[in-house]
Amino acid sequence: MKQNTATWFKSGAPWVWGSAATVSISLLMVVSLLIMLTMRGFGHFWPSEVIEIERPAGNTFGERKQVEEVPAQRLRDMGMVLPDSVEFVARRLMKTGNRDITGQDFYWVLEKELESANVPAEVVVLERREWGNFYGRLRSVKESGVVVVSDDVYAELEKRLTRSSELFSEIEEIEKHQIGAINYSMEKLRLKKRALELKGALDSEAQEELRAERAELQNGYGSYQKQLRELYQAIKRDSLEIETADGKIVEQSLKTIVRAYQPNQMSLVEKVAFYFEKLGEFVGDDPREANTEGGIFPAIFGTIMMVFLMSLLVTPLGVIAAIYLREYAKQGFLTRVIRIAVNNLAGVPSIVYGIFGLGFFVYFLGGNIDRIFYPEALPAPTFGTPGLMWAALTLAILTMPVVIVSTEEGLSRVPKAIREGSLALGATKAETLWRTVIPMASPSIMTGMILAIARAAGEVAPLMLVGVVKLAPTLPLDGNYPFLHLDRKFMHLGFHIYDVGFQSPNVEAARPLVYATALLLVVVIVILNLAAISIRNRLREKYKALEH
Amino acid sequence: MENRQNRAHSIDMSNLNKGEKAANKEEKKTCFTVSDLNLYYGEKQALQSINLEIPEKSVTAFIGPSGCGKSTLLRCFNRMNDLVDSARVEGEILLEGEDIYAKTMNVADLRRRVGMVFQKPNPFPKSIYENVAYGLRIQGVNNRHVLDEVVEKSLKGAALWDEVKDRLQESALGMSGGQQQRLVIARAIAIEPEVILLDEPASALDPISTLKIEELINDLKSDYTILIVTHNMQQAARVSDHTAFMYMGDMVEFGATNQVFTNPSKQKTEDYITGRYG
Repeated sequence: MKQNTATWFKSGAPWVWGSAATVSISLLMVVSLLIMLTMRGFGHFWPSEVIEIERPAGNTFGERKQVEEVPAQRLRDMGMVLPDSVEFVARRLMKTGNRDITGQDFYWVLEKELESANVPAEVVVLERREWGNFYGRLRSVKESGVVVVSDDVYAELEKRLTRSSELFSEIEEIEKHQIGAINYSMEKLRLKKRALELKGALDSEAQEELRAERAELQNGYGSYQKQLRELYQAIKRDSLEIETADGKIVEQSLKTIVRAYQPNQMSLVEKVAFYFEKLGEFVGDDPREANTEGGIFPAIFGTIMMVFLMSLLVTPLGVIAAIYLREYAKQGFLTRVIRIAVNNLAGVPSIVYGIFGLGFFVYFLGGNIDRIFYPEALPAPTFGTPGLMWAALTLAILTMPVVIVSTEEGLSRVPKAIREGSLALGATKAETLWRTVIPMASPSIMTGMILAIARAAGEVAPLMLVGVVKLAPTLPLDGNYPFLHLDRKFMHLGFHIYDVGFQSPNVEAARPLVYATALLLVVVIVILNLAAISIRNRLREKYKALEH
Repeated sequence: MENRQNRAHSIDMSNLNKGEKAANKEEKKTCFTVSDLNLYYGEKQALQSINLEIPEKSVTAFIGPSGCGKSTLLRCFNRMNDLVDSARVEGEILLEGEDIYAKTMNVADLRRRVGMVFQKPNPFPKSIYENVAYGLRIQGVNNRHVLDEVVEKSLKGAALWDEVKDRLQESALGMSGGQQQRLVIARAIAIEPEVILLDEPASALDPISTLKIEELINDLKSDYTILIVTHNMQQAARVSDHTAFMYMGDMVEFGATNQVFTNPSKQKTEDYITGRYG
């Protein structure tokens, strides 16, 4: 027997099993991470049943959320009457909504009490732009304060809701885009005037010109204002009366309602459709209510934009540094020191880069850029404040070591024979590098970029210092010249997770969103990486001379 | 004396006569003049006071045992040794009267005039067409017609055209070793150098490819001065007009090929040729 064990160890089989086990464990962890994120996050968008809970203080409607086991003693201490025999009780968190009336969104209920709860079919959920959901029974629809419909209210509500949603998006379009563009031009005009003033070139002619332009903008603004007033008037027309579970009747204006639905009457198909509608909203819309509702599109956009810019900055910097180190610098003590320094840079905590970015890029570089190029805007900073460009640059510095290391690796793998072949044809060293060596090293450069992207996209700490904000009013890319606004602050998925999870006023409500956002961050990183990997594989195929 | 003759004759002599004819036809102009050339790798001296006159439009072979410095000498002619940090050259090499180690000499220009083919085929990971056009593109020639013409001419010159004319845009890495080596020769002659240096061009090839390369060398020598380093003495005897025998960094003997092989003047040469060492 002992003999057998010894031979078994010698055969190497334990190592094979051991490595297989570790690989499986890693895979299992990745898969379970993804499954957990999906379940916790994306279950949130499914319309759950609304039940009526009977409470001594009055009935409420609510959706079931998570369950937990608590020691009975704790509840007894809180004054609840429980039989002495029970040690643990299950209690469930109910989302009861109606925050504007009751002051709270969530409510703990003993699981036992829910057994007898009934599921009223007629209950309606109103998803509102403010104050969270409202649960109740529809009573009537009013137009200009007069009741117009009191039977089959839900059908009428849907019709009128379509109208008010259209009006709302019209208002939003005018406010955000048209008036936004005018404000942007106004600001530009003000800066132009100030710049002329500073130069001392603000003569009467220029003033006249500016005044004319300003008047034109004012004109446009006025007409939009008029349109807006009309739209506001129109959207205020409809309202509805809704009764809470304990019989209070509340009036809600339709302009505050995003959508209304009757979850207890929905068929499976309707539920699936609803689910995907919500999912689309999550991916494609702006956030609402301190980021706890609505979508996270600006964060997705900001993340991708920042990673793109970072890649554009880090690749040339890293590649040039690596080429110099490997091809031109005389190999010796100094290059060895530089290599060690570069490798150590990769291990510096990222927050330190954030501090460096803030101190050097934002305050020093940005401050000087403002003094030299944007004196008209001072004391308001243009580049002397955290923004997209500084975030991208900071991350470029942070990820440069990996690009340098992998580029050097790639350069050293280009066979000497190929370089000599090129030189022997009368190419200079630089020509050889450009035409042969760098293309052949490009797969390794891409590998460096892939690593850089993976690191940068998930980085949060330094970004909080150099450009990410909780809520950015405008995207860094829009229709106003010069289209790409590198000085703007932006939103980022990683920071969004932190913000929603820890900084939001309603942590319970936001928790599923944290999981969903985390999953989306993973998805974004995977997509960016897959794109880079496919480019690398194509390059590898093209320059596969290295393989033999 | 007789003994020596007989041994030397054991080498294939059929091609020697050709070389003799060419060498005797007329006194050719000198292409390279090497005088008192010393090369050091750090402290170690790899070439010792080499003196040599290489006639143009002929094939000169360098033979000798491994490590004797023949490749090092060959790489002096286009200054490939510049790439080795520790290498230091003394003495001079004149290419048509011009010192190639002069400060005023542009190395890239020199290498355009003195092309080189290496031991292992080293095509670039590009298409066959782009490989041949590489040298011209470096010179800034991008005219499609010019390039087409040169590519065709060079591939024909390297006896490769018929085999690859239908797949010019395919990767050069898909070719056989022998084809790759001829492609590299085509690449070298595309920029019309005056001299072609061949560093054991057939040592990595099979016998049939070797034969093709040798035939090619024979065809090319009417237009180019060819310097070839080879381990294979039969090959040197078959293809060259002049042979230089090197030993331990010294130029032992240099002369017309038939003379070196049939009637060497130095004992060392005879020993090497008859296979006593090396």
